[in-house]
Amino acid sequence: MLAFIVRRAFQALLVMIVVALIAFTLFRFVGDPINQMVGIETSAEDRAALREQLGLDAPVLVQFARFIWGAMHFDFGASYQFKQPVIDLFAERFPATMELSFVSALFSLVFGIPMGVYTALHRNSWLSGFLLTVSLAGISLPTFLIGILLIFLFAVTLGWLPSFGRGDTVAIGFWTTGLLTISGLKALVLPSVTLGLFQMALIMRLVRSEMIEVLRADYIKFARARGLPDRIVNFHHALKNTLVPVMTIAGLQLGSIIAFAIITETVFQWPGMGLLFLRAVQNADIPIMSAYLLLVAFIFVVINLVVDLLYVVVDPRIRIDMRSAVMR
Amino acid sequence: MSVEPVRGFGFSAQRRWFADLLDSDIVYSFWQSKVTVVAALVTLIIVLGAALAPWVAPHDPFDLKTLSLLDSHLPPVWQKGGDARFLLGTDDQGRDILSTILYGSRLSLAVGLMSVAFAAALGIALGLIAGYAGGAVDTLIMRAADVQLTFPAILIALLIDGTAHALFGQYTTDSVTIWVLVLAIGLSFWVQYARTVRGMTFVEKNKDYVLAAHLIGIRPSLILARHILPNVIGPVLVIVTINLALAIILEATLSFLGVGLPPTQPSLGTMIRIGNNFLFAGEWWIAIFPGFTLAALALSVNLLGDWLRDALNPKLR
Amino acid sequence: MNGPVLSVRRLRVEFPRRRGTLVAVDDVSFDIARGEVLGVVGESGAGKTLTGNAVIGLLEPPGRIGGGDIRLDGLRIDNLSAEAMRHIRGKRIGMVFQDPLTSLNPLFRIGEQIVETIETHTNLRGAAARRRAIALLGEVGLPAAETRIDGYPHQFSGGMRQRVVVALALAADPELIIADEPTTALDVSVQAQIISLLKRLCHERGTAIMLITHDMGVIAEAADRVAVMYAGRIVEIGAVRDVISRPQHPYSVGLMGSIPKLDSDRDRLVQISGSMPRLTSIPPGCPFHPRCPRVFEPCARLRPELMAHAQSQVACWLYDKAPAAEAAQ
Repeated sequence: MLAFIVRRAFQALLVMIVVALIAFTLFRFVGDPINQMVGIETSAEDRAALREQLGLDAPVLVQFARFIWGAMHFDFGASYQFKQPVIDLFAERFPATMELSFVSALFSLVFGIPMGVYTALHRNSWLSGFLLTVSLAGISLPTFLIGILLIFLFAVTLGWLPSFGRGDTVAIGFWTTGLLTISGLKALVLPSVTLGLFQMALIMRLVRSEMIEVLRADYIKFARARGLPDRIVNFHHALKNTLVPVMTIAGLQLGSIIAFAIITETVFQWPGMGLLFLRAVQNADIPIMSAYLLLVAFIFVVINLVVDLLYVVVDPRIRIDMRSAVMR
Repeated sequence: MSVEPVRGFGFSAQRRWFADLLDSDIVYSFWQSKVTVVAALVTLIIVLGAALAPWVAPHDPFDLKTLSLLDSHLPPVWQKGGDARFLLGTDDQGRDILSTILYGSRLSLAVGLMSVAFAAALGIALGLIAGYAGGAVDTLIMRAADVQLTFPAILIALLIDGTAHALFGQYTTDSVTIWVLVLAIGLSFWVQYARTVRGMTFVEKNKDYVLAAHLIGIRPSLILARHILPNVIGPVLVIVTINLALAIILEATLSFLGVGLPPTQPSLGTMIRIGNNFLFAGEWWIAIFPGFTLAALALSVNLLGDWLRDALNPKLR
Repeated sequence: MNGPVLSVRRLRVEFPRRRGTLVAVDDVSFDIARGEVLGVVGESGAGKTLTGNAVIGLLEPPGRIGGGDIRLDGLRIDNLSAEAMRHIRGKRIGMVFQDPLTSLNPLFRIGEQIVETIETHTNLRGAAARRRAIALLGEVGLPAAETRIDGYPHQFSGGMRQRVVVALALAADPELIIADEPTTALDVSVQAQIISLLKRLCHERGTAIMLITHDMGVIAEAADRVAVMYAGRIVEIGAVRDVISRPQHPYSVGLMGSIPKLDSDRDRLVQISGSMPRLTSIPPGCPFHPRCPRVFEPCARLRPELMAHAQSQVACWLYDKAPAAEAAQ
């Protein structure tokens, strides 16, 4: 078991290093940092002096080391557009993205799993057909289109919910939350449904196909042959075997929610990191791009690691194999 | 489905093969599912419309000489103020929405197909190399794949797109953007192909007929192309069906976000972006019609893909 | 308490397809007496498993019972409601599958799986159920049952797992056990143990067994009577001693001849040429006639029913008391 953890941690580290390399290459070599920071009139000597001052003439390896060092201290340089430290910009917008992502993930799980179970157990009911069609729309339609349609329906036509912004937020320590105000909650509805719809459809289909597969397994047949009631066969046996692989994939999906937040934040003008990243891409603001890359990579890698470890906890075959106790 | 050996390539043999195909379970399941038939129909209409746009569209939305700002913001023909010349209305530049949809679909489909072709070519090539060469080459390619798989395609596409703009920003014209887009989307999707092909190459590599070919002295590239590649086509096709819809959506998303196709050469995504600004002003047609077309296209391609995967999956028969 | 524990009459299992209905079990009839072991033997695809599934009511759609009736101790069970059949399963009919590894849910301890079966069919709960589970495990010969009961399936060897499966099948004391290839997935050395375990337990409890297998050795070892199946039909049925040493039906003759025996001085094993027909192309008349070395006039036209001959029943025109038999000899 320990060997497994170490191996996974090592893999995670590898990914981080590769990403850091890419981020650094972006940061240092794409576009000229000096050009971004000074005006056209600045003389060549001043540029050279600035270059030296920023350490841009040091050997590449040294610069890379400094970059990593800075990253570990949350120093990612300053944004070209806003002339502010990147970390400040991130800190300001981090809660918005996290709340949105979290609520979306919750939404997708709370609706996706039961819907998946239902459509697996009642394969021929009209409700299943309906849900499957809805889920197909969920995974076929691009996120931004769903957002626009929802805005059109609920904000423009019906006027029930706001179409942009977070509403009123409450500051708790360094975190700002929209969960404690009515307008904050109302503002959260459309964006999180938009963001979560794809995931919900995905999870529903995943649960459905996995459960159908599980229900065909021999141990389910044997459970029925033993006369166990349907309720126990379906919800005790089949469900557990279904959720184990689903849970890992769902966990990984959480990471992609954070990425798709870019789109949702754009549609709803949600003041999160995704919107910040998009502006950076549009304006070639390299420091933000590279820092975002590092941050997102870190989050993904951590999520992947946690999910892997979770698998070990939940599946006894992996857990016990590691203690290698096969009794004869 | 019975498989009979085709004795020679006479016309009767081909006709029999075709008759068998028409009678096969796959085609049967196609006609059985009304939804799939409708999806195929919709896809066909959109594809034909897109391909024949220059001949079918009532206007050319890119010919600046024909545009007039006086014609802008016109609603669809059935609403008050509509103009029979512009069936679905016009946008803020005076462009006919219907024509722009046709040309836009053309671009969307073109980018989608090209990027999938690129991703498949790259992925298959890398997969074959990794599977056949093994060792360090294999590890390198697969590690790269693993790292890339940690991230969703959109992030990668955005990154490549942004980097390209940062590097070449001042040098690019609008027409280069399409290639940047194909590159960005294609590079986001090669991994699935590479992994699948590599796995199969691994298996095939150790089979006797490959070893025999190797012994005779046939070049590896020839072995790969003639023996391994044909076996790999099946699973690749399945991936393509999933990929195509994803590529179309990704292009639309990038265009919507403003880093895809520009307004001068709009795809469906770009049009929706433009139209989004006018939603609250009540000019819904600028965004909704392209949106509807995109939705129909994405849904239909997905449905077709679903049916194809089910039909090709022996487990579900 | 008299009469057979299982009585199957003219059972027909079919699969409706778009190009017509496939009949996988065709007009099968047999009885199993109380405490008796009936072997059902035949090649893969002969319909043995489907027959077993039909009896316990676990036919997978689109398969369905197309005719005939099945009676358990006089009670008709093939037309019961799903809930009524569920009560019968486990409690009155038990089943043992081929692969013990896939028969047990890998995510649950075996103790949990036994206890839930006990709690479903008896009034025992909690600690009492657990005690009974431990006792059951002891009966099937699992050492250190009190500790092993909390183990997961993959922690056991194949033979041990199959013992657990037997324990599970017997948990509610059924009158009939359907054992579908119970030893096929096991090592040869373990096979004998499981067979003798089954025999012993069923003898002790008076449980009848329907032993489905393609392995004649297992039949010879364990069964009292044997039914030979071919292409969905029973071609011969009789006492094990009789069918093995004096097979009547040409197919049975071929089957017995293909078993290597220590005391025979044959150079080559007997082979039956050709192969069993697919469900889509079963020949008219007697399904075996294209491969039969003793085929004659009525075989291709008329389908033979089981007819008494010597001590067994054979479905073959060779043994027809009517004038048709004169043409053969």
